[in-house]
Amino acid sequence: MVHLKINNIPVEVKEGTTILEAAKIAGINIPTLCYLKEINEIGACRICVVEVKGARSLVAACVYPVNEGMEVFTNTEKVRKSRKTTLELLLSDHKKECLSCVRSTNCELQKLSNEYGCDENRFKGARTECEPDTSTSYLVRDNEKCILCRRCVAVCKKVQEVAVIAPARRGFNTHIACAFEADLNDAPCVACGQCVAVCPTGALHEREEIDNVRDAINNPEKVVIVAAAPAVRAAIGEEFGYPIGTNTEGKMFTAMRMLGFDKIFDVNFGADLTIMEESNELLDRVTNKGVLPMFTSCSPGWIRYVEYYYPELIPNLSSCKSPMQMTGATVKTYWAQKEGIDPKNIYFVGIMPCTAKKFEKTRADENASGYPDVDAVLTTRELAKMIKTSGIIFNQLPDSTFDNPLGEFTGAGVIFGATGGVMEAALRTAAEKLTGKPLDNVDFKAVRGTKGIKEAEYDLNGVKIKVAVASGLTNAKQLCEKIKKGECDYTFVEVMCCPGGCVNGGGQPIQSAYVRRNVDLRSKRAKALYDEDKKLKIRKSHENEAVMSLYKEFFGEPGSHKAHEILHTKYVDRKHK
Amino acid sequence: MKSLEELRALREKMKSQTDNRGVAGADETVIKVGMATCGIAAGARPVLDALLEEADKRHLHNVSISQTGCIGMCRLEPIVEIFKDGQKFTYVHMTAEKARKVMNDHVVNGNPCKEYLISEN
Amino acid sequence: MFRSHILVCGGTGCTSGNSMKVYDALVDRVQKAGLENEVHVTKTGCFGLCAYGPIMIVYPEGAFYSQVKVEDVDEIFNEHIVKGRIVTRLLYKETVGEDGSIKALNDTNFYKKQHRVALRNCGVINPEKIEEYIAYDGYEALGKVLTEMTPQDVIDVILKSGLRGRGGAGFPTGRKWQFAKNSVGNKKYVCCNADEGDPGAFMDRSILEGDPHAVIEAMAIAAYAIGSDQGYIYVRAEYPIAVQRLTIAIKQAREYGLLGKNIFGTKFNFDLDIRLGAGAFVCGEETALMTSIEGHRGEPRPRPPFPAIKGLFGKPTILNNVETYANIPQIILKGADWFASMGTEKSRGTKVFALGGKIHNTGLVEIPMGTTMREIIYDIGGGCPNGKKFKAAQTGGPSGGCIPAHLIDTPIDYDNLIKIGSMMGSGGLIVMDEDNCMVDIAKFFLEFTVDESCGKCTACRIGTKRLYEMLCKVTDGTATMEDLDKMEELCYYIKENSLCGLGQTAPNPVLSTMHYFRDEYEAHVRDKRCPAGVCKKLLRYQIVADKCKGCTLCARNCPVGAITGTVKEPHVIDPNKCIKCGVCMEKCRFGAVIKA
Repeated sequence: MVHLKINNIPVEVKEGTTILEAAKIAGINIPTLCYLKEINEIGACRICVVEVKGARSLVAACVYPVNEGMEVFTNTEKVRKSRKTTLELLLSDHKKECLSCVRSTNCELQKLSNEYGCDENRFKGARTECEPDTSTSYLVRDNEKCILCRRCVAVCKKVQEVAVIAPARRGFNTHIACAFEADLNDAPCVACGQCVAVCPTGALHEREEIDNVRDAINNPEKVVIVAAAPAVRAAIGEEFGYPIGTNTEGKMFTAMRMLGFDKIFDVNFGADLTIMEESNELLDRVTNKGVLPMFTSCSPGWIRYVEYYYPELIPNLSSCKSPMQMTGATVKTYWAQKEGIDPKNIYFVGIMPCTAKKFEKTRADENASGYPDVDAVLTTRELAKMIKTSGIIFNQLPDSTFDNPLGEFTGAGVIFGATGGVMEAALRTAAEKLTGKPLDNVDFKAVRGTKGIKEAEYDLNGVKIKVAVASGLTNAKQLCEKIKKGECDYTFVEVMCCPGGCVNGGGQPIQSAYVRRNVDLRSKRAKALYDEDKKLKIRKSHENEAVMSLYKEFFGEPGSHKAHEILHTKYVDRKHK
Repeated sequence: MKSLEELRALREKMKSQTDNRGVAGADETVIKVGMATCGIAAGARPVLDALLEEADKRHLHNVSISQTGCIGMCRLEPIVEIFKDGQKFTYVHMTAEKARKVMNDHVVNGNPCKEYLISEN
Repeated sequence: MFRSHILVCGGTGCTSGNSMKVYDALVDRVQKAGLENEVHVTKTGCFGLCAYGPIMIVYPEGAFYSQVKVEDVDEIFNEHIVKGRIVTRLLYKETVGEDGSIKALNDTNFYKKQHRVALRNCGVINPEKIEEYIAYDGYEALGKVLTEMTPQDVIDVILKSGLRGRGGAGFPTGRKWQFAKNSVGNKKYVCCNADEGDPGAFMDRSILEGDPHAVIEAMAIAAYAIGSDQGYIYVRAEYPIAVQRLTIAIKQAREYGLLGKNIFGTKFNFDLDIRLGAGAFVCGEETALMTSIEGHRGEPRPRPPFPAIKGLFGKPTILNNVETYANIPQIILKGADWFASMGTEKSRGTKVFALGGKIHNTGLVEIPMGTTMREIIYDIGGGCPNGKKFKAAQTGGPSGGCIPAHLIDTPIDYDNLIKIGSMMGSGGLIVMDEDNCMVDIAKFFLEFTVDESCGKCTACRIGTKRLYEMLCKVTDGTATMEDLDKMEELCYYIKENSLCGLGQTAPNPVLSTMHYFRDEYEAHVRDKRCPAGVCKKLLRYQIVADKCKGCTLCARNCPVGAITGTVKEPHVIDPNKCIKCGVCMEKCRFGAVIKA
């Protein structure tokens, strides 16, 4: 243990602790900007500087390890002045659009500048000038708002290991860019949006589609359908001040109705449908010696990852469309037929915790009705923004529920939003199909939790099933390498592109680095989903009555020819294209 | 190279090639051979060659051998001047054989070959 | 034995002056005359007197020929080499006495006060022949260390010698090694910083070009001391000759078994690789250099952890500069006391400086620590050319500060330089005379750091840029007195808040010029006047009517037609049209055009 004094308060901490962490123990907060615990510890922004007795200059608290007898001062005149100057320098090279910026009131730079009473015009001079990168369908980078904290770079490199962005040029001309300053659309980006989730300012945000959705709602010819992904309900409350991990599903449905959507369906339904198809595909592969292990295909970032980095593993990917695409495809075929509506006039909006979904909807072979399965994708944040700008007081809304028939869901569909959820849902159905007997216990706890890689083995009526669950591409990469080398014998592998699964997706409400450091976002949001699963009477996808009638009335069997045409898709090798 | 001895042996060998690189020190014997047209015509080259050869053979590191211009006594060429122990010795009408003897008797053993010195001629 | 040695300088300076053609021609003449066994022609490293290159020296006479052209080769060969008649006409003037007698090189002003330790073999041996290095005691120190000394003995000698890092900061070398030795690790690295980037500094280049084996030998000694078996030399790709000589030297050392496994038959293994830098100044900073060797963008990382604990590839590492290494074999052979006998109490030994700017003898000098600036500039450097008045000297390059004329008697060592607001740096010494504007000088150095900042931390990335912009306001005459205070404040902010040494020292040129030449800054701000007549925006060319003869020469040469007047009548410059190119002043034969 190391003993030190911070602002004269004695603290005892473990060796190797940083001043920042030690200060927190002493009840002292030190502001940060570039620091992301365990991901970006580079001491670059200089906001966290503190005075250390005997040190030549100020030191960065986020990376400076404590030592015995150290005396730290975090709140001297010199420290405050320095931090203020740092902020003022950052502001001098910042596109000050704060009034209308997408991150206004949720911007770490804005918050600190306000706290420190900065004069935003104290330093005047040349400013970085560049056009925003709007080349992709899913996100926008505006380097004029970038403060070069490099949190996006670190998350891309260290958490996802795709490293498509890095600092380019040097000195004042430094900016974050893809290799050779290519457009993001020309880089092997998986579209996960984790960069957006960690950006402290408005330099990164999703490609907004709110206006398109509003246009559709205002168009009397369009029947506008909305369906939210499982993880959305676990997080949208955060945008309205609810504690992290509050499920505000009922208010969300009410708000959707007030926004003017014609039908409120649910991607949870699509999740149950996915399980029907996917477990069928799995059993087929197992019995007919197909390519194993089979990979889940719900996460569009993961799909892009395989297509770009492991095209040799494409045969392992389940051919099932994602729950969102399945929902959209079913709406525009089955439901359209049933209601006698021309699919041309149906406008399907997915509400997603995800930025990659904005790409997914543009994929080829995702238009079962002859029209795109999904017309627009809004992130959780965009839906919240729509609600706010429509004058809806979310917190006062009464709870309501989804519309039938494509809204009904089971607990299995709900847990899709957390890492391990798809696996558990599939196991519930596969087990009963194989054994022909109802499960005593539907909880497959070994695949739950936020650990990067989870493994389990089950004996289902004599069929041994070895499963693995990974979230975050660093972990996915480990599994892919093992599978490529033939070092493992998994039957079924679930991969979610974002660490912790969709609850921590790139389209979820943004939490500051401070919150991320102190709150386990992933577990809290996942808990909201597992709680709902527990509460629901039906917790197995194959018992979803709406799903059952869908097969009876329309698809026939899981894996039928019709199901294949409408609910399955193909992948492309993007590495060798 | 596997030992310090080998390194030192190589150094000794190399010394003969780098000797003479630098201005002669006070304790060095300086030998100058008159190598102007007159000297060369009178046969100074074999004299110089012999001197260099002897120095090499005897590992004489504190000897500096060089050529010099005409010193004005062309009739006495080839002339070799030796600066040793603060004294100047001028040998005249030199030949290769005489040069070898001077190297042995005078430079190494300190006995000037009086018979070749200018004063005797 | 050769009766004659001809040493031709193969350093970068002389090479660019065609010294290699001189070398080739000499080799050719010697061959044609059949004198290969008598006369040895060698290319060597830098002699230091670059201002007079190409340089060659003929031994044993010690005739020092300067500014030798290919056309001079025949004369030197026929007269001197064949007939023994020194060609006085081509000798470096300082070596020729008034009576025509020839002075030894070491008696000339340029060399008299020098003491060559790090440069001892430069201009003496052929750097491309390991045998010549060995003839001059090369690798004897390594042999001694491996066979007679323990690693701790080695470190003790270095500690006792008082050697401090020659790269800039002056950290005691022995202590650095001790940290790395004490650090636990299965793999350790020895690195050499040859990423010399200060404008006008070329000590390290010259050592690598002139004596590469000294560095290799020293790195092996360091590796033995700390328990490493792998070294890296990080050298800038802009030093092609140094890279080539190093490559040859490493190859030769490997062939002789002086690098590789079981060196001198002991259990010690050590090998070396070269890593080329792309010329980023920041890669001279130790953590940035190591990040670059690892294959990443060359950017510094926070310290601690220090390299001795966690350096290259996360392993204990020592990093020393070329000149530091060049001293090591000598210290081992001659002892700590010998080294400590040179220099001052806290700065032992010698230091190499690269003289540049407004000085007569531009070039490379090595002087004992404690030599005064006056001795360097006047005695060795020959003072400012054209009889101009010495104004200040900049040491430490863009990280250092200026030393004004009134401090010229300061003995140079690490601590004194810091005390007067500059620093040793790697050894660049740039001399300024009365024609230099100190604000402009500060701007020059700051522009360099702005350009070379890696862009990682806010203080350096944006801070130096804003500081530079403020300096521009001063030289443009648009700054206010408040701006000067703001500049000073920003300087201290950048020093305190920057991540690495580059940012922490970047404001030094501004601070020191503001400190010693505040009046010049104020003249720019208050009187909108540049006293040295350098800052173009504040410059106004005028024609003194009394002196103007109306010859029309200026008007005819003005590129923008800003000068009007009739023949034999005084002319006038229209300040609105004038682009301040100075042609009129240059052309005027009567001194009628002046800077106002």
